[in-house]
Amino acid sequence: MEIGKKIKAGDIRAASRLIRDIEDSIPEAKFTIKHIFPYTGKAQVVGITGSPGAGKSTLVDGLVEANRKRNRTVGVLAVDPTSPFTGGATLGDRIRMQRHAEDPGVFIRSLATRGSLGGLSKAVGDAIHVMDAMGKDIILVETVGTGQQEVEIINYAHTVIVVLVPGMGDEIQAIKAGIMEIADIFVVNKSDREGAGKLQRELMAMLDMSPVAAGGWRPPIVTIGNSFKPEEFEQDIGKLSARIHEHYEFLVSSDLIGDRLRRKTMHELNEALRSSILEPVLNMLVSTGELDRMVEKLLKKESDPCSLAEEVARKYLQECI
Amino acid sequence: MSERKLRVMVAKPGLDGHDRGARVLARCFRDAGFEVIYTGCHQTPAQIASSAIQEDVDLVGLSCLSGAHRYLFPQVVKLLQENGAGDITVIGGGIIPDQDCQKLYDAGIKAIFTPGTPLDVIVDWIKKNVKPLE
Repeated sequence: MEIGKKIKAGDIRAASRLIRDIEDSIPEAKFTIKHIFPYTGKAQVVGITGSPGAGKSTLVDGLVEANRKRNRTVGVLAVDPTSPFTGGATLGDRIRMQRHAEDPGVFIRSLATRGSLGGLSKAVGDAIHVMDAMGKDIILVETVGTGQQEVEIINYAHTVIVVLVPGMGDEIQAIKAGIMEIADIFVVNKSDREGAGKLQRELMAMLDMSPVAAGGWRPPIVTIGNSFKPEEFEQDIGKLSARIHEHYEFLVSSDLIGDRLRRKTMHELNEALRSSILEPVLNMLVSTGELDRMVEKLLKKESDPCSLAEEVARKYLQECI
Repeated sequence: MSERKLRVMVAKPGLDGHDRGARVLARCFRDAGFEVIYTGCHQTPAQIASSAIQEDVDLVGLSCLSGAHRYLFPQVVKLLQENGAGDITVIGGGIIPDQDCQKLYDAGIKAIFTPGTPLDVIVDWIKKNVKPLE
């Protein structure tokens, strides 16, 4: 498989084309994904989410820089919305990241949502696999500007960063139920602005009300100041980087990473199944407990989601329809 | 069901902060149903070529109002070719004197659109001349 080899060798053109083929639902792309699946699972995946204009792209740019200083290769997947009227999209996240455009250790790829509602693109899971198979050490996934319910990032990232900014009034109250629950790390961005202290206090109060199991993880709050003051900004990003690292270490040492991987793998398998078969088959799988057994296989890299979905379709399709 | 979508990049090479035109075009391409990557002002040809490859675009639209188009535009084409991406169509626009156009065509720029060109003309040219991948 020629394309698979190129991707493992880090060929950016081949990788970007494969991501495009996935976005465009070209059937051949599935074969390549099957081929590279065994080579995935090594990269650290970090999700960055928050409302439009909160400063996600600028933070991603800072994190790219911080990782490059530690000689880690970086993949960035930046998602922006597709127009529901024309199907077109303006993908403007990488404007903030262009200082890394010529660095061969950084691969930035913009994705349009194409109708997906969870804050990501349907192609994002496979796009992560592509960057992972290329050997990127860390993959930063920036969601669209989110409101309350776009929480799909939790199915893909080891660590989720929720970016908030002061001056949004009682939005804290409004978003309490959705996006506030998914943060592993909170960023109070633009913290030089009025209201940053209040926002931080409100967050702390909210966290005080959320029970943390003994030895569990309480999401830290990182304040990040004006990005136009490069030295201070870099220091703040350094703190954020350290928290991301700590969270990853925590997941590994507490063995919670298994849960995250399981959640991620379960989600992925679900998507693949859905595209091959219909709801009644899924219901049957859940009730027989077969779904759990398949997740085990994937975690052991004994198979890939597409192959498992096809097996199930062959086995069950006649009975259900 | 598979459907190819056209991906285009709008970029401003060189020391030129006049981005109104580029932004209008980015918006217009979005409304035409394309996926548009806008990379902002003050880009080097190397940044533009590298971004175009990372984004797997079918077309790069360069906007230059500073007078440096005769160096910058051909440089983008050259870098794309050197990096195995000579198949990406490059077009240009901005303040381009008539007498420069032929030189730019010779250097591999496929079309030049100067001020006053209706947006439809540019979109129609792209739809006619740039096909998303096979």
